Amino acid sequence: MADTMLEVRGLNAWYGESHILHGVDFDVKEGEVVTLLGRNGAGKTTTMKSIMGLVGQRAGSVKFKGTETVDLRSDRIAHLGIAICPEERGIFASLNVTENLMLPPIVAPGGLSVAEIHDLFPNLKERAGSQGTKLSGGEQQMLAIGRILRTGAKLLLLDEPTEGLAPVIVQQIGRTIRAIKERGFTVLLVEQNFHFAATVADRHYVMDHGVVVDQIKNSELASNMEKLHDYLGV
Amino acid sequence: MLMVFGYNLGPILGQGVLGVVNGAFYALLSLGLAVIFGLLNIINFAHGALYMLGAVVAWFLLNYLGIGYWPSLFIAPVIVGAFGVLLERTMISKLYKLDHLYGLLLTFGIALIVEGLARNQFGSSGLPYSVPESLRGATRLGFMIMPTYRLWVVVASFVICITTWLVLEKTPIGATLRAATENAALVQSFGVNVPRLVMLTYGAGVALAALAGVMAAPVYSVNPNMGSDVIIVVFAVVVIGGMGSILGSILTGFGLGLLEGFTKFLYPEASGVVVFVLMIVVLLTRPAGLFGKAS
Repeated sequence: MADTMLEVRGLNAWYGESHILHGVDFDVKEGEVVTLLGRNGAGKTTTMKSIMGLVGQRAGSVKFKGTETVDLRSDRIAHLGIAICPEERGIFASLNVTENLMLPPIVAPGGLSVAEIHDLFPNLKERAGSQGTKLSGGEQQMLAIGRILRTGAKLLLLDEPTEGLAPVIVQQIGRTIRAIKERGFTVLLVEQNFHFAATVADRHYVMDHGVVVDQIKNSELASNMEKLHDYLGV
Repeated sequence: MLMVFGYNLGPILGQGVLGVVNGAFYALLSLGLAVIFGLLNIINFAHGALYMLGAVVAWFLLNYLGIGYWPSLFIAPVIVGAFGVLLERTMISKLYKLDHLYGLLLTFGIALIVEGLARNQFGSSGLPYSVPESLRGATRLGFMIMPTYRLWVVVASFVICITTWLVLEKTPIGATLRAATENAALVQSFGVNVPRLVMLTYGAGVALAALAGVMAAPVYSVNPNMGSDVIIVVFAVVVIGGMGSILGSILTGFGLGLLEGFTKFLYPEASGVVVFVLMIVVLLTRPAGLFGKAS
């Protein structure tokens, strides 16, 4: 049994006056790919941002490799070895592709080299000098994933990496996730598209109204389809 | 003698070049303001007072410690920059989450206090600061004879401006700064200590103002009002160039100095207002400034 890498217990989070997370509990083990499924507004993105320290007000416990992070600033959390690929991708318009790629500092050894990232995403090499936001949506997503692979962070938070992308790009991102899992990275994935999630994940947590309501192993996904349709309202 | 449209070209160029000396200071000061505004979202009204403080520190170093112009070019910006870091840590950093207006009011207050203290100490007549030995005399430029010190000011400030621009546009630290200007929270979540970056950026912007102050001391004498005299024009430069645009500040700073110089020759009565007339025209036609991006 692999070690628990991330342990979330009773996580609460607020945006100003609105109380978004109401005691979220789940675990991610080292080397796993785990997804958070759920409807819009269930609290998936807020959970990701809370782990990364991007939500101002949070309470409860988020332990990364045994270290409590719930009171840490986001830059300290990054140096422990967690990196986020945000839902809006966060590509910087005033930086070119190479500058975007090189922006996140190295936090630990073991990240991918630029050559390896270019192997995964050849488009990034071709467009190295382009302004970051001049890339297509798919290329921007590759850049947003590529730049956090460089840093040596071992837990990657990918927030809806396939949203709005063409099927061929979705497949490429699926291959990438399986490839980085092979290399020992741990991935927490937020997905609306559970057909895609099923092709990459080991386990799924289902969120609703700011709490985790269920856990499904990927191997048991088929037998739980009806329940899942109910949760997701599809 | 060169004649164009019935004017003798020599004096026009002469006034233009003297205008560029003022423009050199506009460029240095608006550059610091632009960098600070870009990252901190603070309109640093204390900039003029900190420029004056640079000159005052240089005067102190000379008259109390016997430290001359050349070392002061380095020491005064470090001292005033450290003072800026202190201001940022203890006061300005508390205002980042509030409207721009609060930062403007705070820094305006700081400017009044610093200038008031200086006036209390030195009166308002100004303290002499002589031109360093090696830059005395005049240099023949062909169409005019120019005081060597002023020529040095133009060249040095041009080099400083271009260096700053290169650092911001072509280096990793510059890329981090630009990224933090766009989305500080995300840059911090990558592991960059953004509060420290902000503090050092304010310190660097302030040090740039102090450096301009040291360079200005032999030109305008050290006067408690020297900052408030220049800062209004510098704000006009920033507005015309485009808030937060680095290249815009540099080009507009030099350009407006030149424009003022020409106006002084063609219609001297207008030389004090030409910058503000241009500012009004720019605000009406291109509200984001000549080099700014419309948001």
